[in-house]
Amino acid sequence: MAHQKKGKSTVTVYPDWCKGCGICAEFCPSKVFEIGEHGKATVVREKDCIHCGFCELHCPDFAIVVRDKSPVAEMEDTAPDKPGAKKGA
Amino acid sequence: MNGLTGNDVIHQYLRHNKKFPHVLCPGCGHGIVLGTLIRSIHALSIPKDDIVVVAGIGCSGRLAVYVDFNTVHTTHGRALTFATGIKMANPKLKVIALMGDGDALSIGGNHLIHAARRNIGVTALVLNNSIYGMTGGQSSPATPEGATTMTNPYGQLDKAFDTVELARGAGANYVARGTVFHVKKLEKIMIEALGRPGFSLVEAITPCHTQYGRKNKFKTPVDMYQWLKKSAIDVERYEELADDKREGRLPIGVFFRRDRNGYEERYYAMKEALTGKGAKGGRK
Ligand SMILES: Cc1ncc(C[n+]2csc(CCOP(=O)(O)OP(=O)(O)O)c2C)c(N)n1
Ligand code: SF4
Ligand code: SF4
Ligand code: SF4
Repeated sequence: MAHQKKGKSTVTVYPDWCKGCGICAEFCPSKVFEIGEHGKATVVREKDCIHCGFCELHCPDFAIVVRDKSPVAEMEDTAPDKPGAKKGA
Repeated sequence: MNGLTGNDVIHQYLRHNKKFPHVLCPGCGHGIVLGTLIRSIHALSIPKDDIVVVAGIGCSGRLAVYVDFNTVHTTHGRALTFATGIKMANPKLKVIALMGDGDALSIGGNHLIHAARRNIGVTALVLNNSIYGMTGGQSSPATPEGATTMTNPYGQLDKAFDTVELARGAGANYVARGTVFHVKKLEKIMIEALGRPGFSLVEAITPCHTQYGRKNKFKTPVDMYQWLKKSAIDVERYEELADDKREGRLPIGVFFRRDRNGYEERYYAMKEALTGKGAKGGRK
């Protein structure tokens, strides 16, 4: 889990559970979060996440989940032709 | 639960019929303690039904409401008395008494020292936020000397209890301290505490910005986590520091280990001896 290469994880904040305390935004080593205009943590740099685990361990409200990307999602991310870019569709 | 990691694991242990987010303030460290406790139990693969969380009253006591173990929300200061009864009735259960610093050290202070003296096989988890959080920020016996609180607007005159020394002096088998910033270390401590015989006490230092931090120059909850990050030091290193370098530092880690049998073990051994074959005056 810990310390993977960047871009291999998805980071999700459940806004209903987030109270905007700012712990994740302050301490994430990759600055993945910002506190948005509604006072909730927002994922702004998911690609920089190194899956260190800090935010999940320290969110007092269990509002963040970091998961390994599924192999399919990873392939889609690196594929030269993303489905949306198909010609003549 | 196989294959799940991080908060996906925590979510498996919460009572989803309760209202979330939980009732605690933004940035309250108590939630981090709960997550750490859940991960420790998960790491030890203890079935949910073998765990009993016995909570006192306070913001800390509220935590018991949210977890899918056997839980008892008792009265203020009395978590250890209920925990003692449960452990004596069924020693196979893992009994965890969850208390705030006010709960454990003032109204429940007598129960704490005697539970430690008896060395009952219970894990006492003291969530020390230096204050009575739930009732509006009155000083507790863990409020540092000089700190400002609702009841000490000009500064606390009393010295704070050192929970670790208190438990050690009273006879606990295992005494440790951690913080909610140093979560992995706290988890290691909890895992060890849960696996040991006799009375274990784990003090978790946890920020209460609402009732304590705001009155003591912490602008935000995050500032309190920065303070934990800066002030905590491993107890082994702390002990090497000269006295003048110890000021403002918070030693964390395991302070004391001893392997005396728990009260329930001694009791059942005595019962066996008295009621078993050849025991004089043995009762059936
Ligand atoms: C017998 C009794 N006395 C007083 C109270 C009021 N009371 C409720 S919680 C509390 C103190 C809470 O402080 P602490 O134990 O440190 O927990 P925290 O809320 O800080 O987590 C008090 C005095 C009570 N509920 N019952
Ligand atoms: S740590 Fe949790 S509650 Fe705090 S801002 Fe981040 S997601 Fe929200
Ligand atoms: S796991 Fe969390 S804290 Fe760590 S890099 Fe990813 S988003 Fe940041
Ligand atoms: S008052 Fe303090 S202890 Fe209670 S929920 Fe708020 S921050 Fe936590």
